[in-house]
Amino acid sequence: MNLVNNVLILVVFINFFMLSSSRLVPCIRAVSLQGALLALLPLLTHGFTAHTVVLSCGALALKGIIIPRLLLRTIEQVGIRRELEPIIGYVPTTALGALLTSASFLFANQLPLLPEHVDSLFIPVSLSTLSSGLLLLMTRKKAITQVLGYLVLENGIYIFGILLLEAMPTLVEAGVLLDLLVGIFVMGIVMHQIHRTYSDLGTEQLSALKE
Amino acid sequence: MLINALIHTLVVLLLSPLLIGIIIRVKSRFAGRRGAPLVQPWRDIWRLLRKDLVISHTTSWVFFVGPVLGVVVPVLAFLFVPLGAFPAAISFEGDFILWLYLFALARFATAAAALDTGSSFEGMGAAREVTYASLAEPVLFFCLLVIARLSGSLSFNGMFGADIAAMWPTAGVSLLLVALCWMLVLLLENARIPFDDPTTHLELTMIHEVMVLDHSGPLLGLVHWGAAMKLMVSGALLVRVILPFSTGHPGFDIALFALGMILLAALIGVVESVMARFKLPRIPQIMVGAILFAFFAWILVLR
Amino acid sequence: MLLIALIALPLVAAGSALLLSDHRWRSALLPITGALHMGLALFLFIRPEAPLAPLWLDLDPLSTLVLLVTGGLFFACALYALPYLRMRREWGNRLMVAGQLAFLSAVSLAVAARHLGLMWFAVEASTFISAPMIYFFRNPLSLEATWKYLINSAVSVALAMLGILFIAYARLSGEGHTDLHLAHLLEHGTQLDDSWLKAGFAFYTVGFATKMGLAPVHMWKPDAYGEAPGLVGALMSGALAAVAFLALLRGVQIMDVAGQAELARAILVGFGLISIVIGAISMVRQPDIKRLLAYSSVKHMGILVLGVGIGGLAAYGAMLHLVCNAFAKSAAFLLSGNLQRSYGSKQLPDIQGALTHVPASGNLYLISFLALTGTPPFGLFISELLVFIGALQRHYIPAAVILLLSLGVAFVGFLQAVTRATTGQAPDARPAFRDHWLLVLPPALLLLLTLLLGITTPPPIAALLADAAALFEVLP
Repeated sequence: MNLVNNVLILVVFINFFMLSSSRLVPCIRAVSLQGALLALLPLLTHGFTAHTVVLSCGALALKGIIIPRLLLRTIEQVGIRRELEPIIGYVPTTALGALLTSASFLFANQLPLLPEHVDSLFIPVSLSTLSSGLLLLMTRKKAITQVLGYLVLENGIYIFGILLLEAMPTLVEAGVLLDLLVGIFVMGIVMHQIHRTYSDLGTEQLSALKE
Repeated sequence: MLINALIHTLVVLLLSPLLIGIIIRVKSRFAGRRGAPLVQPWRDIWRLLRKDLVISHTTSWVFFVGPVLGVVVPVLAFLFVPLGAFPAAISFEGDFILWLYLFALARFATAAAALDTGSSFEGMGAAREVTYASLAEPVLFFCLLVIARLSGSLSFNGMFGADIAAMWPTAGVSLLLVALCWMLVLLLENARIPFDDPTTHLELTMIHEVMVLDHSGPLLGLVHWGAAMKLMVSGALLVRVILPFSTGHPGFDIALFALGMILLAALIGVVESVMARFKLPRIPQIMVGAILFAFFAWILVLR
Repeated sequence: MLLIALIALPLVAAGSALLLSDHRWRSALLPITGALHMGLALFLFIRPEAPLAPLWLDLDPLSTLVLLVTGGLFFACALYALPYLRMRREWGNRLMVAGQLAFLSAVSLAVAARHLGLMWFAVEASTFISAPMIYFFRNPLSLEATWKYLINSAVSVALAMLGILFIAYARLSGEGHTDLHLAHLLEHGTQLDDSWLKAGFAFYTVGFATKMGLAPVHMWKPDAYGEAPGLVGALMSGALAAVAFLALLRGVQIMDVAGQAELARAILVGFGLISIVIGAISMVRQPDIKRLLAYSSVKHMGILVLGVGIGGLAAYGAMLHLVCNAFAKSAAFLLSGNLQRSYGSKQLPDIQGALTHVPASGNLYLISFLALTGTPPFGLFISELLVFIGALQRHYIPAAVILLLSLGVAFVGFLQAVTRATTGQAPDARPAFRDHWLLVLPPALLLLLTLLLGITTPPPIAALLADAAALFEVLP
């Protein structure tokens, strides 16, 4: 339990790092590391069964390796390395992220948890990762960081899903991961098109459509 | 209690320049030099204390208050701090708040003395220093809250008493974060690289040094002594968190504490040698990050 | 067996579309698959089969209804696609055909899924498949619409997953073990933990309401429907919205069984009314004919949700509305696509005199306007009337009044647009693209179906609608 909690705390640190960092390659590597950590969790919590091993390998392959590689290739093709100043600035964003994290921890304390889940940090970290992902998605201007925010959001939901491993059979979990891959793939293609149309990945230009 | 207070006072007055000496020695070794002897800071302070005083016409009595409080406050503050497992001389519920504000008082006095000179450089330094210090205070506060929550006590003796060794296995992550944040605050408050370069001679790059630019002779000696004592006081708590062992024998405890302080000074020396100084706008960002980490550490122990 | 064929067939066809090299054969795959799919769906309706894996895939009355609607819609759009893709040859049709077929497969899976996770997977898949299709025209505005749609939908469906996981935890809390099979959840509904269920339903509803395009989370709809080709708009407004509605209703079913029906109803009625009002208001003075239809879609989705929220006769009306709206809205989208192509623009100032310039599309556009605004004898009139009466029956007087007023506002808004488009001085130049009979026949057929459903409801269909509505009645 202690080891699991420490892994989850590392996940929160990665969230903070992503909220405050302006360099894209370290951010992508951070998401990759987060995915790898998440892949460890089913093995640590539910032991080594066929289900958990398949899930862990799938998550590691997809979240830890394939998707980050896709994203790295996209930014390489597009040629950007840095994010612009977010809509509310780095320091307020990080402060807001920390506030949301604390709110998640406090909120999770209020939820009626099963006795075996009370000590674990799964639910607070899941909610905190979710909110950090949403924050990244909403406050950043470059499309690639919005995609990273979406990935962090999905990671948060995945953390919660680990608690409920028996509810999500292998096939469905595999489907979920596949969906994620397809989604990121499609986003990558659209980002490429955005770059070709606007010569950069800032989404400020994507504001022509109005009422 | 009187003997305790005497021991504390003697330790902080006499042993603190040693820390500065160690730092300088470590930095020199890194640079490939042999470095000044460890007793050099004492020699410097002694030399300065015997020199003549040169005072600017624009200053008033406020100019003297800065260095004087800079010496008095660390001595007072040290009385509250336990020397490792050796208890503090003065202890009551909530003494850590008094401790925090003693330092605020000293900082205010230094800043006032700097502003008193009427020099624009010193005013700039004062502004920078108080800005960064205002960001460092919440960090210290949250770190102390973490320890207070874990130990259930609101005075230094209780917080850093015998139980602290037991806290590590249960709240290891929080304590690690606390130690890290404390180290950052230590470096900031004592004007060390990566926040401020104590050896720079360019006024525009100074933060702390520029505030004491106009002091000379005995006042400068007091300033240096005060700085050394401040380092010792700030580091004492950090050492206790990192080395939470108690042997039961007061002599051994103090020795362990001394060893911890020496190691801390060496660590500061290493940090100063391997890191470069941060860009000035980065410092608030880093301190806000430290506030958030300390806050998070507190949230972790609240559950 | 047949059910699995229903889902697998379009997927296989999608794969073939990617591999085939001939443009015309690829386009032909669409109506062929559509016809086969439609046939299978009708067969399953007339002769329901015993499912192979009832916990995973099965058709209940609501599923059958949505399946039939989607199948019919797809077939009509497939016919439309034949000349359309030929005209737009320069854009290539490999991705479009493969995308549409994969979309049909995903939608069929979502409709038939009896495991919440599987259903979620299908809905998310349909999102990612439909996104590239919006970008068919390859211009900056459609790119922007595609990106916003992608991010919006991905996030909202992810939140819906969180809701599903909360519901699973509600079961774990109540029973000690958990799974997400709908049959089990409905069976053990009373044992679900209340707070987890309510929190889960909140996330679930927000997620799928965004996907459906209900206000106030409808922001992506005008952009996406506005910039997509008419064909894609027709499919999305008909099929995707219906599937999102189905997913939302699964959540309502669970809430009903768990004793939280009141809360669920209140949320539905709230969403419904807000959508109806905002949709109607936004339709007034809307210069873009496709965005006009998008807001109309928001309004109609609101009516659907309002009907189910009120229950009883209104729920039956909502089911009828689902069918009629899907057909009429798609017809309108296809016709708007025709108009846009003929005039080279979708802004009203540029579209004038459609009745003479492109007579077939122009006339049908006028008829689709009548259908969509609920003019008798079209089916939408009946369905909206039923919702209205149902609201009065269940003492939702303010809701009924708001419904009526908003329908009036929407009528005015739409009328304004249609009169300007159809009457007036037609441009002298010949239209850029003439009306091909296959571009006009599918919308005509869809509108005819809507008319027929307004005049009469054949007993099997009425029974199906009643059964579907009954799924959400809370038995005392």
